[in-house]
Amino acid sequence: MHFAIETQNLCRIYKIRGGKKTEPKELLALEDVNLQIRHGELFGLLGPNGAGKTTLIKILTTLLAPTSGSAIVAGFDVVKNPEKVRPRINMVSGGESSGYGLLTVRENLWMFSQFYGIPSNIANQRIKQLLDIVGLSDRINSKSSDLSTGLRQKMNVVRGFLTDPDVLFLDEPTLGLDVGASREIRHFIRKWIDDDQTRTLLLTTHYMVEADELCDRVAIINQGRVLACDTPATLKHRLQGEAIYRMEVSPLNGTNLQDFESIAGVHKVTHRAQDGFSILELILAQDDVISSVVNTMTAGNIHILNLQKREPTLEDVFVDLVGKSIEEMESDADIEST
Amino acid sequence: MRATSLKPFVRSFHLAAWLGWQIESNWADPFLFAIYSIIKPVSAAAILVVMYSVITHGNFAAPIFSYIYLGNAFYIFVGQVMTGISWAVIDDREHYKTMKYLYIAPVHFPTYLLGRGVARFIIAAFSVLITILFGVLFLKVQIDLTEVNWLLFFVSLMIGVIMLAMMGLILAGVLMLLVHHEFGIGDAIAGALYLFSGAVFPLEVLPTSLRWIGFVNPITYWLELLRRSLVGQVAQAFPTLSTLSNMQILIILITLSITFTIISGYCFRWCENLARERGLIDVVTNY
Ligand SMILES: Nc1ncnc2c1ncn2[C@@H]1O[C@H](COP(=O)(O)OP(=O)(O)OP(=O)(O)O)[C@@H](O)[C@H]1O
Ligand SMILES: [Mg+2]
Repeated sequence: MHFAIETQNLCRIYKIRGGKKTEPKELLALEDVNLQIRHGELFGLLGPNGAGKTTLIKILTTLLAPTSGSAIVAGFDVVKNPEKVRPRINMVSGGESSGYGLLTVRENLWMFSQFYGIPSNIANQRIKQLLDIVGLSDRINSKSSDLSTGLRQKMNVVRGFLTDPDVLFLDEPTLGLDVGASREIRHFIRKWIDDDQTRTLLLTTHYMVEADELCDRVAIINQGRVLACDTPATLKHRLQGEAIYRMEVSPLNGTNLQDFESIAGVHKVTHRAQDGFSILELILAQDDVISSVVNTMTAGNIHILNLQKREPTLEDVFVDLVGKSIEEMESDADIEST
Repeated sequence: MRATSLKPFVRSFHLAAWLGWQIESNWADPFLFAIYSIIKPVSAAAILVVMYSVITHGNFAAPIFSYIYLGNAFYIFVGQVMTGISWAVIDDREHYKTMKYLYIAPVHFPTYLLGRGVARFIIAAFSVLITILFGVLFLKVQIDLTEVNWLLFFVSLMIGVIMLAMMGLILAGVLMLLVHHEFGIGDAIAGALYLFSGAVFPLEVLPTSLRWIGFVNPITYWLELLRRSLVGQVAQAFPTLSTLSNMQILIILITLSITFTIISGYCFRWCENLARERGLIDVVTNY
């Protein structure tokens, strides 16, 4: 069987030029990525900022050349036959406002459909339907410069589905959209895939829920490497033997955290500071380890405000693989960059 | 079969021309359009006329005046066509942020860029016409319509515009690789070539070591042919090409244009590949 998307040892190195005299630094953005995505699959790439998700999408959509390795999309090699790949794919990236501001929403979308050679009447019909679905039909004749960032993004999402591609790439499609709009778009994404088994969709996200609830299979990616790739259920099943607890306690500092990690049977602890309290997520070898944790807390004069056992989530799988939660990694990165 | 394989090219060109026209004609105020396409070129010509009259003590009757005036007028095409095509790279990439979506679409990208230049070409043609009319009506630029060699005029004009478009494509390729400070590079290059094209003074004025640039510059031959076709043999006011017949100049122009077409094809593809390797197709700088 051949795949809708297949990559072999895909690598991408960015050369970062500093000053004129300094040697360019090399940044390994993708390292030996091997993925096989089947026709009809809704596949998610889950990873923190800088994991390499966008880089992978750019290579698969013929925007960027890989440094080594190869990729086949919709039956053709993205490096050797980009012009064969292009009519069969489309891509949307979230969180940006693209489009010709002086054209209306309809004109923007119509123009793109024409580049794909879609008969004008069919294109117009699809534009109406899709705008209806994202709740933008009352703005069809507005100049796109008059739309808010979120509405422009909806227009951009419509542009992606408009050409009915064999393989659609969505790079953080719900980034910056409100809760309601995100839900509608997720709903539509799922329906689009279920309606036609020849369609394939690859989306990237750093929202755990999006990956968990929406995708058939998920690859967890960090620092350019695919750490795991399976259905959300199977990924979570890895943690079945372990016990997962969520605690709210009085504010902690770093030294306390190490105390917990050194308790026998505590696999991973993540910590999030809130206003006036701390949230701890603990992955434990089994349930009775929680009593040692509670004892250590009492000894350290830490008050427990709330304690819950819960089912494993993809977040826990990520923590288990990487050692940190996506949120922690991103706040670390924020601290480094300031 | 042939027809279907041509379709993407026709589509890319046609839609790009439509888009370019929407962008260029998007004047909130027709008054601005008038300034841009009439007053600007006419006032540029007026400056030239003033300089000419100071230098020659107002000898507008000399044939060389028409010669200079026409060279300057047709030169409007150079900046507009080259800028129109190459600027689309910056516009789509940085301003509209659509370049990546166009690039991954079944669009023939160089053809798309050529299409984006059409609007500027039309505006330029309008400016040239206005400038020449202004010269004929108010400055005694002498064009005898019965003496004009229309065939030579239109053939040279067409070849020249294609040649300029190819130069624009080379520039577009280069702009794909440049990320910072690309402002007005099209106009800058057009401005530099102005000195090396015999538009307003003969190449003989240039230092010997730089003269060759004028001789390999197809614009030189193109302007000469346009002027000869409009004002006849009297136009051989500059010594540079006076020993060559119209046919000889036309052959040189065609040869140089074909050379530039081949160079621009290779050059554009090379730049495009390099841009794709470096990840520059969708870079956004915060300008
Ligand atoms: N054009 C570029 N030049 C140099 N380095 C780059 C370039 N684009 C990306 N990188 C680097 O490559 C790595 C992967 O980036 P990429 O954009 O693929 O991550 P991502 O997973 O999409 O992250 P995010 O969630 O923030 O969108 C990062 O370290 C990033 O800084
Ligand atoms: Mg990204």
